[in-house]
Amino acid sequence: MAVIKTTNLTRKFGDLTAVDNLNIEIPEGEIFGLVGPDGAGKTTTMRLLTGILDPTAGEGWVYGRHIVKEAETLKDNIAYMSQRFGLYEDLTVIENINFYADIYCVPDSERAAKIEKLLGFSNLTPFKERLAGRLSGGMKQKLGLACALIHTPKVLFLDEPTNGVDPVSRRDFWRILHNLLKEKVTIFYSTSYLDEAERCKRVGLIHKGRLLRCDTPEEIKKETGTKSLEEAFVSIIGEYESAKSV
Amino acid sequence: MKMIIFVSPVVQILIFGYAATMDITNIPMAVYDVDNTKESREVTRDFTYSKYFKITKYLSEEKEVQHVIDHGRALCVLKFDRGFSQNLVGNRTAHIQLVVDGTDSNAAQIIVGYSNQIILDYNNRALQDRAHVYLTRLNIVPYVDLRDRHWFNENLISRNYYLPGVIVLIVSIMSLLLSAMAIVREKEIGTMEQLMVSPLKPIELIIGKVVPFGIIALVQVILITVVGNLWFNVPLRGSIPLLFISTLIYLMTTLGAGLLISTICATQQEAMMSVFLFYFPATLLSGFAYPIANMPVIIQYLTLLNPMRYYLTIIRAIFLKGVGVAVLWDEMTVLFIMGAFMIFMSAKRFRKTIG
Repeated sequence: MAVIKTTNLTRKFGDLTAVDNLNIEIPEGEIFGLVGPDGAGKTTTMRLLTGILDPTAGEGWVYGRHIVKEAETLKDNIAYMSQRFGLYEDLTVIENINFYADIYCVPDSERAAKIEKLLGFSNLTPFKERLAGRLSGGMKQKLGLACALIHTPKVLFLDEPTNGVDPVSRRDFWRILHNLLKEKVTIFYSTSYLDEAERCKRVGLIHKGRLLRCDTPEEIKKETGTKSLEEAFVSIIGEYESAKSV
Repeated sequence: MKMIIFVSPVVQILIFGYAATMDITNIPMAVYDVDNTKESREVTRDFTYSKYFKITKYLSEEKEVQHVIDHGRALCVLKFDRGFSQNLVGNRTAHIQLVVDGTDSNAAQIIVGYSNQIILDYNNRALQDRAHVYLTRLNIVPYVDLRDRHWFNENLISRNYYLPGVIVLIVSIMSLLLSAMAIVREKEIGTMEQLMVSPLKPIELIIGKVVPFGIIALVQVILITVVGNLWFNVPLRGSIPLLFISTLIYLMTTLGAGLLISTICATQQEAMMSVFLFYFPATLLSGFAYPIANMPVIIQYLTLLNPMRYYLTIIRAIFLKGVGVAVLWDEMTVLFIMGAFMIFMSAKRFRKTIG
């Protein structure tokens, strides 16, 4: 049973088709990487799947909920970390986490243990009382992730979460993700770093709103006869562009 | 931020209380007395004895009249021609010229009004003096004497009229600005997207935004009321709970309008401009400075849509007239309907989707 499933999901902004007939199926516990150049439609896809943007056509289900008709119950089960995760910079680390815990109605009895665990994972415990605005970029992203995970979501959407994050924080970040995968959390990950894409179970290459390939990194490399995903994607996009111009 | 929210009302009320008074006193006046007789000096003295005029300069040449008015040394010039007293003594009509700077038409009218009163009093006294001397029986000739009583603001202190209005101005601008920034700000810093993917309902978010701003506005009302009442002795004759209740009802309209602006605008700058687009017409058409009865009929009807107009009526009535719900219920009902509509519209408009 696929946790994320879309059929011909399409979103247009005026003349621009940001997402063009997207069909994907992602099983439970998989980490799926959505890669593509800037403006390819990654963020729009995320917003469609998290129920905050209505599709122009097509349908989608996340965790068994329809992304338009059941958007509200869908939201109890997912977490979405947007490119610029919104932290309240005038609140401290712990106040930010508590705020999101309040919004998701995390019971008091579970809260302390969860917060401790999340802060521990992300190495933020020493900075508990620091204002979010005074954290470094990497720490901000880890705090964003901690906030997003406070209600133990079943599906996690991450939109380029490690952009501009230092390597150490990035490693912390991926360690948390691997732990989540062990707990059968499904992760939908968009990135423009191809080394991160390599770590995903499967990757989808999106370009101008269209999903050009969707397979395991190994298969994609084998099919295109390239050594790295980077070369593979360059050749796939080049192929698509030349086919279109003919 | 805390400073701005709580200090600015006090600063504004101090400015309005001390400086921005519509009472016209100490009008700078120049005197050009060519006649220079006992009578002309008596008239001049009557002007200075009233608290309204202050003589800034005695002129000795005709061309100086133009000069003092041009340079703003005087707002009016009192001019006696030669023969003024001769005419009076000779039982002929004597003329005085009053040259008034009409730039501020309102002030000019008031100056003329005061001057007429002073001259009228002078004439009456002169008449009575002469009657006493020559015709004692004239005293019993019946005449009409108007005795005026000013209710609610007995001494016609303009401050009493304007300070309660300042509550309206401050509460309006603060609640509008804060709420208009509220959602837009979260859009800008990116927290809004995060709130959208949460199970938070639109109405919960709207209430979460409205309640704290409502409390801030109430504290401001208390501040201004305390300063106005204790420091400036503006009477507060009506019920204080009614003042709070009507403020809360009014806040529904401004907070609702602010949030509506906030849901429509993309940036804080845009929201700020939109607030002023709403605030200035609302203030001008509220009756705060310009009486609604003086406006063209069509504009008068337009003011019926202005929530500030109703709140201003309520506030002035509570402060000065001391009337209660029995008199004010229709204004309160209109405000309540407007407020509920505004809140409803902003919650509706705030759909939890982007774009």
